[in-house]
Amino acid sequence: MSNGWPLWEVFIRGQHGLSHRHVGSLHATDAAHAIQNARDVYTRRKEGVSIWVVPAAEITASSPDDKGSLYDPADDKIYRHPSFFDIPDDAGAM
Amino acid sequence: MSVTGLIRLGDNALVLGQRLSEWCGHAPALEEDIALANIALDLIGQTQLWLGLAGDREGQGRSADTLAFHRDAWDFRNLLLVEQPNRDFAVTMMRQFLFDTWHFEALTALTTHDDADISAIAQKSLKEVTYHRERSTDMVIALGDGTEESHIRMQGALDRLWPYVGEMFTRDDDDLTDMVALRPGFDAHAAATLEAATLTQPASDFAHQGGKTGARHSEHLGHMLATMQSLPRSYPDATW
Repeated sequence: MSNGWPLWEVFIRGQHGLSHRHVGSLHATDAAHAIQNARDVYTRRKEGVSIWVVPAAEITASSPDDKGSLYDPADDKIYRHPSFFDIPDDAGAM
Repeated sequence: MSVTGLIRLGDNALVLGQRLSEWCGHAPALEEDIALANIALDLIGQTQLWLGLAGDREGQGRSADTLAFHRDAWDFRNLLLVEQPNRDFAVTMMRQFLFDTWHFEALTALTTHDDADISAIAQKSLKEVTYHRERSTDMVIALGDGTEESHIRMQGALDRLWPYVGEMFTRDDDDLTDMVALRPGFDAHAAATLEAATLTQPASDFAHQGGKTGARHSEHLGHMLATMQSLPRSYPDATW
């Protein structure tokens, strides 16, 4: 059933030390309601320790049409990857 | 320590949990549908604890399932409030708010009960009920102070259900805590919420009674139990 509630994007921190990750979206009347709904929809199996909600309308997204100009120029610039350095063994995994 | 006192707490959670589960697949928004199912499951979980302990203390070999599915309406000891039908979303939310507000006060008092099992169940349940109360409080405010239509429905729900508030604060020897002492906490939270919701608390303190004593349940309980109990009574050995 559709309703007139605005859409919210939900981000959950799975455990302390990790970043919040986008998990999905939901409808709610305001921010507090969105937090409650996110708690019920996305954390009922102990998925998280922290919730962020963001009005979906407030997110500015890049356009798929700009894919060529935004991302293709990076294709042939492998020297931007830090893979040409010798890493001392003592540094461990990077 | 009264077994009846434990059964009262278990039956409240059981009957309201069953009522809320009737919304599953029918709530006005997907998010509310999931939230109501979550709360129903919280309450059924609490039922297992309270009725499980009641069966243990009774010592006649009755499990939580036996108590839930093989008693008839006159043996139930839930408040009349929780057996009232869902009707519309306004009645459901107002019933939830009134019960949650009482439940929060009752469980808070029971966290310091002398009996360690009772205190442990109350502490576990209180975490869930703290969230239930927050959610239903916000919903009452949002709908009461919402549109003209939602305000009318919420005031109607309050007027309909207020006569079931008084029974929550009656006291007898079977209660596990002094229910009369919970009234000030209930009144404070209810008054602040209803004011924020622009709703008018009914003046009459008339109170229907007979749920927690089992003397006079409303006609609605039997119909609800018939649905809830039909499967285990038709197939007593059914497992899943």
